[in-house]
Amino acid sequence: MVLASIFESGITIDYYLILSSLLFSIGVVGVLIRRNAIILLMCIELMLNAVNLLLVAFSTYMGKADAQIFVFFIMVVAAAEATVGLSILVMAYRNLRTTDVSIFNKLKG
Amino acid sequence: MSLELIAIILGGLTIGSALMVVLSKHPVRSVLFLVLTFFLISSNYILMNAQFIAVVNIIVYAGAIMVLFLFVLMLLNLRKELEPLSPLMIRLAAIVAGGTLFIVLIAALKDGIITTTMASQNIDDLGLVENLGKLLFTKYVLPFEISSVLLIASMVGGVLLAKREKQVID
Repeated sequence: MVLASIFESGITIDYYLILSSLLFSIGVVGVLIRRNAIILLMCIELMLNAVNLLLVAFSTYMGKADAQIFVFFIMVVAAAEATVGLSILVMAYRNLRTTDVSIFNKLKG
Repeated sequence: MSLELIAIILGGLTIGSALMVVLSKHPVRSVLFLVLTFFLISSNYILMNAQFIAVVNIIVYAGAIMVLFLFVLMLLNLRKELEPLSPLMIRLAAIVAGGTLFIVLIAALKDGIITTTMASQNIDDLGLVENLGKLLFTKYVLPFEISSVLLIASMVGGVLLAKREKQVID
């Protein structure tokens, strides 16, 4: 029903709602099915981008620019997160010689 | 070509390349598809007249973060070991969970949406540098300054964590 309204009228916010929900779901599925830790971090970036897309869409449809500033801050936090996450990954690879997340289970009792 | 057709084609390409990120076996190919996804998302931003965010998205995500990912992939040299697949039950459960999440998100957000179209509400210079810069340096100047502290902290953390230690911690 939501899908039909896109094709009938112009681009409504439904279109971006579906697009970013799909991107977010793809990111979640990627985190659940992949076992390479680098791909997991990439899927997290994909989820952050889905949220950014929805924020920009809401900003455009509302006519207020505040959400685009939030997108800017999300990008800053994503850059910091990628840096620290990847350096933790490099350190874990040096000790365990793998990036498979199912091996990283030392904390399990 | 009408705007709707362009938007639908761009959206389809975005979803397709995002799927390829998850499904492709080779990590480098996955990184390159993610770069393509970021470029397509940037084109979606341009379609919504948010030029500043589009350019920053290309520079920061496709330029900086993905190059960092590529460098780490090359440093780790994962070519020899193939990533083992998760068990079939876990993959099936993950796909069911993702589809359920999508349906729940749509169902939850469907009633809260704004029903106006883009053309009637769109303000021309909303996403340009001048407007966003004014907002960033007046209303949001404190978060802007604090984010510089965050970047310095992450830089120090990255250097400290990636530094080779004298003795290996077991």
